[in-house]
Amino acid sequence: MRFLLAAALLAGPAGAGEIWVTNELDDTISVIDTDTLEVIRTIQTGQRPRGITFANDGSVVYVCASDSNTVQVIDPDSGEVLHNLPSGDDPEQFVLHPDNRHLYIANEDDAITTVVDVESRTVVAQIDVGIEPEGMAVSPDGRIAITTSETTNMAHWIDTESRTLFANTLVDSRPRHAEFARGGAELWVSAEIGGTVSVFDVETQAELAKLEFEITGIHPDRVQPVGFEFTADESTVFVALGPANHVAVVNAATYEVEDYILVGRRVWHMAFNEDGSQLFTTNGVSGDVTVIDVASREPLRSIPVGRFPWGAALRPEAD
Amino acid sequence: MRALVMAALAALASAQSALADIELRVIYLRQEIARPPVLSDLDPVPADEGTRGAELAIAELATTGGFLGHSYSLDFVEVPQGGDLSAAAAAALDDAPVILIEAPADAVAAVSALPGAAGAILFNVAAPDPWLRDAEGCRANLFHTIPAANMRADALMQYLTVRRWTDLALIEGPFPADAVWADALRASAEKFGLRLREDMAWDFDGDLGRTAQAEIPILTQGFAGHDVLLVADETGDFGRYVLFNTWEPRPVGGSEGIVPVAWAPVLENWGASQLQNRFADLAERDMRPVDYAAWAAVRAVGEAVTRTGSADPATLRDYMLSDTFALDGFKGRPLSFRPWDGQLRQPIPVVSPRAMLAMAPFDAFLHAGNELDTLGTDAGESTCTAFGG
Repeated sequence: MRFLLAAALLAGPAGAGEIWVTNELDDTISVIDTDTLEVIRTIQTGQRPRGITFANDGSVVYVCASDSNTVQVIDPDSGEVLHNLPSGDDPEQFVLHPDNRHLYIANEDDAITTVVDVESRTVVAQIDVGIEPEGMAVSPDGRIAITTSETTNMAHWIDTESRTLFANTLVDSRPRHAEFARGGAELWVSAEIGGTVSVFDVETQAELAKLEFEITGIHPDRVQPVGFEFTADESTVFVALGPANHVAVVNAATYEVEDYILVGRRVWHMAFNEDGSQLFTTNGVSGDVTVIDVASREPLRSIPVGRFPWGAALRPEAD
Repeated sequence: MRALVMAALAALASAQSALADIELRVIYLRQEIARPPVLSDLDPVPADEGTRGAELAIAELATTGGFLGHSYSLDFVEVPQGGDLSAAAAAALDDAPVILIEAPADAVAAVSALPGAAGAILFNVAAPDPWLRDAEGCRANLFHTIPAANMRADALMQYLTVRRWTDLALIEGPFPADAVWADALRASAEKFGLRLREDMAWDFDGDLGRTAQAEIPILTQGFAGHDVLLVADETGDFGRYVLFNTWEPRPVGGSEGIVPVAWAPVLENWGASQLQNRFADLAERDMRPVDYAAWAAVRAVGEAVTRTGSADPATLRDYMLSDTFALDGFKGRPLSFRPWDGQLRQPIPVVSPRAMLAMAPFDAFLHAGNELDTLGTDAGESTCTAFGG
C-alpha cells in the first residue's frame, strides 16, 4: 500500500515544482511541493546532509553527506542512493561546473577543495585552500571556481583549467557563501561573523562594495549573513541573516538594502521556485521552511520539515 | 594530520608572492604552580594545557599569513615552581612583542608592570581574578582572554534566573581559586537578586571516594531551603562527590554539574565542532578553557595583523580595541575587547558534562550597547582607568 501510494505521488501532476531541503540533524531530505506548499516526500540520506544540487538536466541530485564523508548521488524519482562519490573528508558545500561533469567540493575539516568527475567517479584534483573551506561558486563561463575559507577568512580563486589558485582575497570574518553575478563580472561573498557581504570585481579581484545590514531591535552581532540568492534577472539579491531571523532584500545594482523579511530562526540557505515568484528559506533552529512571496516581499507560510534544515535546491523540470 | 596541514601551508605560501613581509613573534610564558592534592585522580590536568591552543592558532594564522606574506612564530618559556617569572618575562620581552601569560594573578600583574612591558601586548590566558581587570591590577598593555570569574558567575546566575531557581546554597572549598570563584558567585547572586540561603566552607577530611554517600547527605541535610546547591571547587577536589548525593534532590552547579565555562568539549554549534576537531587532531585530547583562551589570544593578535598589515604593537593594540575588531570565537557572536579593561567579551556556555544547556547571555537580559556586557564588569562599574576610561 505504501509503495502504491509513493508511486501515485510520483505520477503527480506535471509541472508541480519541488524544493528539496536537506535536514542536517535528521539525515533526511524533505521534498516540498511548490503548489501545495506541503512536504510530499521524505528521503533518507547519509549522515549530516548539507549542500544539495541537481544535475543540470535534473537526472540526479547530489547531496553532501558531511559525516559520512561522501557525496551521494540520488535518483530524484525513486529517492534511492545510486552511488557515492569520493568527496574527500567532511564535504559541506559544492558547486557543479557548467560542464555538468565536475563537482567542486569544499572539505570543511581538511582545508582542501576536491574536484570530482561525476562520470568516472574519481577525484581529479585536490587543491589546498584555507582552513574550513565552505562556500563554493563557479563562474558562468566555467573558468573560475571560488572556495571561501571560514577560518582563514579568504576567498580563494581557482583557475579551473590548471586547477591551481591564482588569487586569494581577504574578506571579513567567517566567509560562508559565494556567488558570481552580472554574467560573471562580479563575485559576492558573505561573511557571517563580520556581518557583511563583499562584492568583488572579477577581472581585478578588487573590492567594489561591502554591504552592511541593520535591523531595528536586533543587535548587529546577531546579524550574520550566510546564504544568498539572486533573482533570475540579477536585479535583486535575497540574503539570509542567520540568527537575526530575517532575510535582507538587496538591490544588486546600487548595493542598497531595500527590505528585511521576518522568517524562521537561524535562516541558512534558500531556493526559488521555477518561475521565481516564491523563495523558500531553510530555518535551522525552528526546523521549518519559510515561503516568501517575492513580489510583495512578504512571508506566506512556514512549512515544518526535519530537524535543522540547511540546504535547499529546486528540482529542475523534466523535459 | 599535522603533516598534512604543514604541507598545505607550504603550498599556499608558494602560490602567492609575498605582498608585505611581516613577522610576528609570540611567546607563551608559563609559571609552573603547585597543584593541591585532590580526592580523585580521574581527571589530571594535562601538562600541555594552554600551549596547545596557542599552537593551533599559530597554525591557523599561518594559512592567512601564507597568502599575505605574514609569518608567525611561537615559543614556549616555562618557569619552574618558585622560579623568577618576571626575569623570564623580561628576557621574553626583549625577544617578542606579544606574550601570553599563564600564571597566578599576582604574577601576571608583576609582569605587566615591568618597564620592558610598557609597549608590549600581554595576554592573561589563565587568571580569572576580577581584581586583575580593576584599578588594582589593570594595565593598558594587558588583555584578558580567559573570562573573569564574574563573567562566568553572571552567566550561571542568568541561567538560574531564567529557570526561576532563585534560592541557593553554597559550599566553598579551601583553596584560593575556590575563594575567587565563591566571591564571584556571591556577588553575582546579589546582582541578579537571587537568595543565598546557605554559605558554608568545606572542611571535611578523609577519603570521600569511599564515604561520600554517607557524608554529603548529612552535610546538606541541615541546609535552608534551596533550589540549587552551588559548589566552589575549582581544583576539582570534593565537588564530584556532591552531585546526585544531596539530602534533598537538588541540582548542583558552579564547579560541578551546571558549569559556566569559556569552552567545553560539548560545544558543537556555530562551527565549534570544526575547532574541536582541529584541536583534537593536534593535541589528542579535548580543548579546555585555558587552551581556548590561548587560542583566542593568538587569533586576536593575528586578526589585527591581517587587517592592519602591521606588526607594530601600538597599531595592533589600537585595532584590537577598536569597534571594527571582530574575532570569530565559534560561540555564535563576534568576540571583541572591552575598551575599559581589555577583557575579551564573549558568550559563556552553561554546560553539563554531556551537553550544552544554554549559551549566556540570555535574551531576557537586555543591554543598551552589547548584551555580552551583561556578563562581568560593565563600563559603568569598572574602576580601571589604564585604558583612558
